[in-house]
Amino acid sequence: MITIDKVSKHYGNFQVLTDCSTHVNKGEVVVVCGPSGSGKSTLIKCVNGLEPFQQGDIHVNGTSVGAAKTNLSKLRAHVGMVFQHFELFPHMTIRDNLTLAQVKVLKRDKDEAAEKGLYFLDRVGLKAHAHKFPGQLSGGQQQRVAIARALAMDPICMLFDEPTSALDPEMINEVLDVMTELAQEGMTMMCVTHEMGFAKRVAHRVIFMDHGKIVEDDSKEAFFANPRSERAQQFLAKILQH
Amino acid sequence: MFGSYEFDWSSIPGSLTFLGQGLMVSLEITALAIVAGIVWGTLLAMARLSSIKPLAWAAAAYVNLFRAIPLVMVLLWFFLIVPKFLESFLGLPPGSDVRLASAMIGFALFESAYYAEIIRAGIQSVPKGQLAAAHALGMSYPQAMLHVVLPQAFRNMVPLLLTQAIILFQDTSLVYVSALADFFGAAYKVGDRDGRLVELVLFAGAVYFVLCFAASQAVRHFQQRLQRA
Repeated sequence: MITIDKVSKHYGNFQVLTDCSTHVNKGEVVVVCGPSGSGKSTLIKCVNGLEPFQQGDIHVNGTSVGAAKTNLSKLRAHVGMVFQHFELFPHMTIRDNLTLAQVKVLKRDKDEAAEKGLYFLDRVGLKAHAHKFPGQLSGGQQQRVAIARALAMDPICMLFDEPTSALDPEMINEVLDVMTELAQEGMTMMCVTHEMGFAKRVAHRVIFMDHGKIVEDDSKEAFFANPRSERAQQFLAKILQH
Repeated sequence: MFGSYEFDWSSIPGSLTFLGQGLMVSLEITALAIVAGIVWGTLLAMARLSSIKPLAWAAAAYVNLFRAIPLVMVLLWFFLIVPKFLESFLGLPPGSDVRLASAMIGFALFESAYYAEIIRAGIQSVPKGQLAAAHALGMSYPQAMLHVVLPQAFRNMVPLLLTQAIILFQDTSLVYVSALADFFGAAYKVGDRDGRLVELVLFAGAVYFVLCFAASQAVRHFQQRLQRA
């Protein structure tokens, strides 16, 4: 589904990603972790072309992200993305947030889009809030709406960029529950997250990044039982202590 | 200092219709320049923020040029020089009067430079993640700007845009150099005709003050309401 092949990226002299290669199969859940500044968010943003890269290429469902002739908007319309800071559109109601891209990008008619939007809003347990504005919801609720907004586009895979990092602790689980359910339904997912409990429960594979490189790429069992690199061992020791 | 001067306001009541017409002209010019300023200013602002460097430089040059030249000079150029140039360049028959239209266009072009700066700040006030989220949903750049970024930018800019509109209304008084009968021009003509220039200019000033002060109070009230909301 997603193939990342020798991707490198730099800002001027600063190397952000070095020779990153991995893949995500259909129906697979891959968690990307690593210390801050390791390039994991940049890598996931390269997958739908939000961040350009200089070398290598990424294929999503057979379409090259790096090729100049690729229509990135068309590709992104079917790759769901969830951001750290939700990025709901604050000047629109929840309902309009859910329908805008369906109508403008997928050219669905308004009623069909609203029906679809409300279906997914119901799935994340927030149907009663359709008429509200994002500012009237809690962070956890906003993130669940953001997931519903992405799902309403009928994505072939979902990218999560630290979806719980900006949330108060008591709201993290409501978002992780939605993600877990999604994974159990067989959605292809790539998740940048520090939630190791989620990784243990849900992930098939774990990728560990450090200094712009993919240091480990293993099944979750192997990763948690026996991380090969010293850097990953240190990272896990720090995170799992608490 | 007015010891020896006898005020005589009697020429005002009879000229109110004429002055009212002048005021309408001023308001029309203001409305036209606001619309043109916001549309052209938005395009300039987007050009300035563009990643296409020549476009950004051209827009920056435009804005800096117009902001560094007195308005009255721009109006005179567009009243005196540009029409002559257009006549010879486009081969217009002599006598076709494009001077007023030209002055109006000059006014709108000048004010757009100020609007462009306000709108640029407004666009930059919208978090970058909003554009990224719109892109991630498959929206093109124009779609993302139109539906996501600009509505939020304009909401943040409303008080500044209104304040600029008040300044713009005052600026319209400078179009008197193009012999257009705006409010100030009308007042000047009446004063000149009746030999009562001092009274008429004072009266015109009072009217500008009342209108602009009332408008700026309204903006302040609106701003406070916006902050509470």
